[in-house]
Amino acid sequence: MPPHGSRYRDGAAAALPLAVAVIPFGMSFGVLARSAGMGRLSPVVMSATTFAGSAQFAAASILGAGGGLAAATLAAVLLNVRYGPIGLSVAGVLRGGPLARFVQAQLVVDESWAVANRGGRFDRKLLLGAGALLYTSWLLGTVAGVLAGDLLGDPERLGLDAAFPALFLALLVPQLRARGSRSPGQGSRRSDAAAPAAGPVSWLRSHSALVAAVLGVAIAVCLVPVSPPGVPIIAASLASLVGAWRPDGRGAGATPTVRGQEERS
Amino acid sequence: MTAAWAVVLVVGVATIALKASGPVLLGGRELPPRVQGALEHLAPALLAALVAAGVVASGRRLVLDARAVGLLAALVALRLRAPTLVVVAVAAVATALVRLA
Repeated sequence: MPPHGSRYRDGAAAALPLAVAVIPFGMSFGVLARSAGMGRLSPVVMSATTFAGSAQFAAASILGAGGGLAAATLAAVLLNVRYGPIGLSVAGVLRGGPLARFVQAQLVVDESWAVANRGGRFDRKLLLGAGALLYTSWLLGTVAGVLAGDLLGDPERLGLDAAFPALFLALLVPQLRARGSRSPGQGSRRSDAAAPAAGPVSWLRSHSALVAAVLGVAIAVCLVPVSPPGVPIIAASLASLVGAWRPDGRGAGATPTVRGQEERS
Repeated sequence: MTAAWAVVLVVGVATIALKASGPVLLGGRELPPRVQGALEHLAPALLAALVAAGVVASGRRLVLDARAVGLLAALVALRLRAPTLVVVAVAAVATALVRLA
C-alpha cells in the first residue's frame, strides 16, 4: 500500500504491516542466535547495531556451524554491501550536518527504503518514520526471541538447524524473478511474460539473479568437503560477477533494486 | 572476547559504515553500472549458498538428512505463498518429525 502523505507518521503507518512481520522475524533471530551459541546479550547488540536481518542470520548460521570468526564476519558484511549503493540512492534527500546524516542513514533498511521510494525518488520523512518503527520492532522482537530461547530445548530436536536454510530460501526466492519485472515501486509477479524471450543470451540476462544463485550453490557445494565451514559461502560471492556482465552495454539502472525484500530486513 | 562478540562488533561497525558512506561521504554520485550489477547479485549468490550449505553440509561432509525434508517442506510452503515465519516453522517441524521417526 503506497503511503498517502509525507509526514514521519505516514512513513510509520506505511511500514506498520511490515513491522508486524518484523517482530516475529526478530524473535526467530533471537531464538536461532541463541541456538547457535551466541548467548543472550550479543544477539540484541547485533540487532541494535547491524539492523539487517539476512546478514545477522548468516553470521549466526556460520557461527553455529563452527565456521569461525572470519568467515561469519565476512559473509555478513558481504550481504550488507548492498547498503553502500542503497545509502547512495537516498543521500540526496537526507538533511543536516555529517553527524545528523550519519544517524539518519542508520534507519535505512530494505523495507524503509522501499516504503520511501516514490518512483525512484525518496521521501525523507517517510524513510525516517518507517525506519524508526522497523528498528524498534526488530530490536523488541530480538529481545523477545532471546528470552524465549531460554524456554526452548535442544535446537536439533526442534529442527531449528533446518530453520536457517528455510529462512534463507524464503529470502532468496523473491530475488529470482526475471529482470524485466523489477521496476522499483511496483509489485509485479506476472511480468515474466513481459521479459524479452528471444534467445539464450537474453534469457540469461533477464534471469541473471537465478544464474548467480545456481552458481553460488555449485561453488558452495563443491567447496564444503575441502574447506572449513563458512568459506564456501564467501567463495560463492564470486557468482555475483555475473551481474557485471552487460552484453548490450546497458547499466543496471540508476537506483539499486530492493528485489522483493519488502517483507523483511 | 568470544567469537560471537567479535562478529557482532565487526559486522556492526562495518554495516554502520556502509549505510553511512553514501549520505556522509559521497553525496549524490552513482556507481558504474557493472559494479552496481555485481553488487545486486551478491545477495542471491550468497543466500543460495547459505541454503545449500545449511542443508547438505555437516562440518566438511556432504550429507542428506532430515534437514533436506525440512527444506522441501519449506519449498512447498513458499509455493503456497505462506508468510516467512510459517515457512521457517514448517521446515523446523518437518525436520523434527523426521528425526522422531
